[in-house]
Amino acid sequence: MTQIADDHAYLCIEKLSKVYSTRDGEVRALNNVSFTQQRGEFISHVGPSGCGKSTLLMIAAGLIPPSSGEVRVGGRKVDRPRTDIGIVFQSPVLLDWRTALGNIMLQAESRKMNRREASARARELLATVGLSGFEDRFPHELSGGMRQRVSICRALIHNPDHLLMDEPFGALDALTRDQLVLDLQALVSERRMTALFITHSIAEAVFLSDRVIVMTPRPGSIDRIIDIKLPRPRTLAMRETPEFADYSREILELFLARGVLREHRSGAEKESGNERNSGFTRLRTTAR
Amino acid sequence: MSETADSPVFAPRQGDPTVGDSEAGAQRRRRRNIRRDRVGSVIYPIGMMVTLLVVWEAAARLFSIPAYLLPAPSAIVMSMDSNSAVLIKESIGTTLEILLGFALSVGVGVPLALAIYLWRPFARAVYPLLVSSQAVPKVAVAPLFLVWFGFGLMPKVLIAFLIAFFPVVINTAMGLAALEREKIYLARSMGLGPFATFFKIQLPNALPSIFAGLKISITFAVVGAVVGEFVGGQGGLGYLLLIANGNMDTALLFAGIVALTVLGVVLFLLIGLAERLVLPPHAVEHASFGGETM
Repeated sequence: MTQIADDHAYLCIEKLSKVYSTRDGEVRALNNVSFTQQRGEFISHVGPSGCGKSTLLMIAAGLIPPSSGEVRVGGRKVDRPRTDIGIVFQSPVLLDWRTALGNIMLQAESRKMNRREASARARELLATVGLSGFEDRFPHELSGGMRQRVSICRALIHNPDHLLMDEPFGALDALTRDQLVLDLQALVSERRMTALFITHSIAEAVFLSDRVIVMTPRPGSIDRIIDIKLPRPRTLAMRETPEFADYSREILELFLARGVLREHRSGAEKESGNERNSGFTRLRTTAR
Repeated sequence: MSETADSPVFAPRQGDPTVGDSEAGAQRRRRRNIRRDRVGSVIYPIGMMVTLLVVWEAAARLFSIPAYLLPAPSAIVMSMDSNSAVLIKESIGTTLEILLGFALSVGVGVPLALAIYLWRPFARAVYPLLVSSQAVPKVAVAPLFLVWFGFGLMPKVLIAFLIAFFPVVINTAMGLAALEREKIYLARSMGLGPFATFFKIQLPNALPSIFAGLKISITFAVVGAVVGEFVGGQGGLGYLLLIANGNMDTALLFAGIVALTVLGVVLFLLIGLAERLVLPPHAVEHASFGGETM
């Protein structure tokens, strides 16, 4: 089920658990999670809300400490916030008083990168995601999808070793999600980026990943790791192929088996409400 | 995803006929709308005020209301004219008290808010005290200040401060606390230290809230200074009001009120101006709207 740690892996998550103490006692968010990631590999985590996917990502980023177990990157134990990463949250987390370009440049300024080079690169990134001409717009002048694209550019400007994304498209409409998934694939495959991607959406995970890690409901642990052997670059049409459907089906079956999804037998072929969205299937339950 | 689809192009302008053009057209129209809004926001209140004054003047003349009860606007203007030297002189004194009280409010309020935000035990210890200090009627404390600090500038400044510092503290603390956890995470992932995080992210993030507090605070400081002058004044507009009242010079009383109002509005607008200089345009528009309706 889980893999044994191997020394060549880039990221090594070992026996990770996280327990939060709340007013109502202790809540186990993550339970004994272990996996490894090779350089250049795109890994998605899918699972129901509250299965600790986001917690896992934050621990991998060194932003919150695990209760037990450890994270190693390139053989080194992570015990402080990592700065070798680019991070994208569910909300764009842009600074209102900075323009699109200024927000991306915050990353560059923080890292004392050469201003001119960084600025040129930021413009280039914005162009890649279809935002040239919007450099000087403030966040409130941009749509939700545009803002999230700016935040993706901010996560990439310093060419991070590791891209970490926490349900980055969770708050967007289906069409915008499709576009951003395509944008992201272009950005990531062009650079052979190593990426951890958290999502509710089975289709998003299958579409983007080399491997999909399916999580169980809380306390989150790894249910199954599925290798996605679809050729790249992947196209929207590929979502209609039997291979793609098989992968989706496999994950769906897992969710059904674990009670994450329940089919109502009485109604003829009705699905359980959430699980229906023409584009990238999304299990829309309130996040966190 | 076509953000430009709803903005038809006007007459083609020089330059590239791409996205930028229709965008520019939309922007021009948006600006014109804003300008129309601005004109409206000036014309309507002035029209209303003029109407009220005319009605007042007419009523005062028609029903020959005694001047000691309700002087006509024209009488007030005449009083202002003949007492202009006194009004200006007393305004200066009151302005000084207001500004010192306000400065003290900011000087004490912002660090206090910082301490409250950064140091939980301090917040726990100070917060109840702070809130109950606001429940105390400040006018009732004024005589006490008189006993302690005499009749000079000091008690007025302190009363102004006492009334005006609370919104500064609350709004600053609220603004600092309103920082999303993700922004802190983001800063850490970028390798920003605590200082840089504070100045690059947290403080600017809190500024709209802080300015809202300053705007409330400056109007409160005006009230505080006048209360101080009422209780133990030897000068200032509040004192002038008392004298005018004693002499049944109601026109002068109104003149003093007008002077105080003008003073309050000017100071308020100055804070708004500072805000405009510091914050990006859209943030100001929201904040000043909230401020003006206040």
